[in-house]
Amino acid sequence: MSDTSLKLEKSDRSLVQRLFEAPAIGKMSLVSKITTYSVLWFWALFVIFPIYWVVITAFKDAAAVNQGPFYIPFVDFQPNLDAWRVHLYSDPYCDAYAIGRQLVLLVYNTFAFIVSPVISLQAMEPQICKTYLAFTNSVVIGVAATLLCVSIGSMAAYALARVQYKPKFGNVLVFVLLALGTIVATSYAGIPWYFSTAVGLVLFFLLARAFGKRFKNTLGNGDILFWIISQRILPPIVVIIPIYMMFQAVGLLDTHLALIIVYAVANLPIVVWLMHDFFAGLPIELEESAQLDGASRFGIFWDIVLPLTRPGLAATTLLTLILNWNEYLFAVFLSTSKSQTMPIMVAAKNAGEKGILWWEMCAIIVIMIIPVILMAIVLQRFIARGVLLGAVKG
Amino acid sequence: MLLLVFAIFPTFYSVVFALSRVKFTANGLRFRFVWFDNFLAQFSGNEQAHFLGRLTEISVLGWAFFVAVTAATLWWFFKSFRNGASAIGLVGRFISASMAIFIAFLLGATLLSGNPWGTLMTTMFYVVVGCSVQFLIGTGLAFLCSQPISGKNFFRVLFFIPLMITPLGVGYAFKMVLDITKGPLQPLWDAVGLQNWAWSTDAWAARWFVILGDSWQWIPFIFIVMLAALENVSRDQVEAAEVDGASNVQIFREITWPQIMPVAVTVILIRMIEAFKIVDLPNIMTSGGPGIATESMTLHSYFLWRANDMGSSAAVAYLLLILTVVVCASFFNYIVLGQLRKTK
Repeated sequence: MSDTSLKLEKSDRSLVQRLFEAPAIGKMSLVSKITTYSVLWFWALFVIFPIYWVVITAFKDAAAVNQGPFYIPFVDFQPNLDAWRVHLYSDPYCDAYAIGRQLVLLVYNTFAFIVSPVISLQAMEPQICKTYLAFTNSVVIGVAATLLCVSIGSMAAYALARVQYKPKFGNVLVFVLLALGTIVATSYAGIPWYFSTAVGLVLFFLLARAFGKRFKNTLGNGDILFWIISQRILPPIVVIIPIYMMFQAVGLLDTHLALIIVYAVANLPIVVWLMHDFFAGLPIELEESAQLDGASRFGIFWDIVLPLTRPGLAATTLLTLILNWNEYLFAVFLSTSKSQTMPIMVAAKNAGEKGILWWEMCAIIVIMIIPVILMAIVLQRFIARGVLLGAVKG
Repeated sequence: MLLLVFAIFPTFYSVVFALSRVKFTANGLRFRFVWFDNFLAQFSGNEQAHFLGRLTEISVLGWAFFVAVTAATLWWFFKSFRNGASAIGLVGRFISASMAIFIAFLLGATLLSGNPWGTLMTTMFYVVVGCSVQFLIGTGLAFLCSQPISGKNFFRVLFFIPLMITPLGVGYAFKMVLDITKGPLQPLWDAVGLQNWAWSTDAWAARWFVILGDSWQWIPFIFIVMLAALENVSRDQVEAAEVDGASNVQIFREITWPQIMPVAVTVILIRMIEAFKIVDLPNIMTSGGPGIATESMTLHSYFLWRANDMGSSAAVAYLLLILTVVVCASFFNYIVLGQLRKTK
């Protein structure tokens, strides 16, 4: 057999050689080709299978789940929509009126948040249709936190890339000491937090000048950037209890605003890191010529810099949105019912006495992960174009 | 640009807040200063078995391992001392060395002596084993994907997706897929005679299955970054080496590996930082069980908080922070910086 193929190929290579050696540079030998494809396809299967299993389980009924594994819809079992009915409309309170109310509240909350972030948002009715509630909560919190985080973060990153900051070592020291003093005063002596904070701030502005003269060493932009990025190392569990106490003190537990603030702060390091990279890569000449023409600093940022970094900005926004959507630990501490997000609601399903109703669970997981998968596919295009990788490579 | 101050203030405030919180026990909302009692309880009190593991009855093998690692660490420390490292460098090395000796002691006293682990060692297990497994598989896949194959974009998109899926969803999906009686692998369990086996009651099996779920989610991250690094390796050098008749192994070792090494160590560092924070997966898949076998430190702290023991909860959280910072900083200083210097 090998003889005939040898003749056909008009080659003096033996069978072993043809199997193991590449025919030309930049090509692969037969064996390595087969191995490569089989490993890649095996992994593709491994990646797809859990997702596939969740999706088909969402269309099963109790019998199809409990009587052993069934793999293929319409062949092994008859798919039905029981699980979806539970979540989307068999709830007696969840009629068109309830959904309409949710939407009105959604619009109202968004509007109220833009007008004045400090007023407490109108709570969405906790009893009405938990799926819609959690979904709208997730959307409101995710989008608001992302916008807040990206706008603050990109401005901070631009400032760090273009303006030289030289905070004096003494000032930083004063700030740390006063913050510490404020906290000790609040927790021991029982002084109200707003009073101690105000006194602390006043003292800071008074003492800053004096201490600044004493300790002349200054920190640079690099130090600030490193400090911001190093926040990533901080495990969230460390700060979560103080944050919980803080929000308890100001009465913001279980509100959207609390989660929005925390998410925005938690993702700030990533945004600053990524955006700083994009801004630093821009040619500075453009901005200088705009400055000569009399553009303001903010004008330059808005009209010139942001349009130039649009792909980077889009990728960062998307990444932040996904991270906010998936966040679990902060939400489990800070929200109980009204501001429950999707992951919390899914986890709460586990607590029932009947054990986990897998088909209902799967339906809700599908609802939870579809937006993320769509966003991931879009985000992947940016990564493939190398937009995000410069930052990852550090 | 004053916004910079507003951006940093909340983060900073919470960090400082947390720092001082540790010294208090929360009793309702009144605080009592108890020095380091919360910390000491983790190391010596009744919480010791939970946090560190059971430390009695240390076997000969455990002692031998501990002595060997201690000797090696001390030798390394004195070598750098003799080579005239700076004062700060010495302090850093001292901290790293103490941490290494401490972890070696725990390893010898628990694993090698047949005693159960505490949450600290479980966290280290997730970090060390998880990172190694994920790095090896992720880099392997990236290498295969960087070969001239068709359908590269398809694989790239597909392999990227798990990274972005909600970790909670991943936990439930794996709990379901790995179910012995109702899961899709049931014929397989039957075939190997394990139909009555409950992996969630077997400490080691449970730990490995948590790592399996974690790997499913995080291998894509390493894959994506390493693929980009591999595609940046200059084709000219590789082709020149091929013309000169170098074998594939030689090409990989001499040309490709040195070029991707800086990215590789950086990606491991980032992955390590994230791995220390693992909480969703063990919480969902096993609730930390059997016993405390799969409980990570974050989960430990969360359970303590749920039991209204805020002081201990904060203490565990702080110990996690110390562990993370020391391990990551050691890795950064001795390995990442070393590699970066070598390439420059």
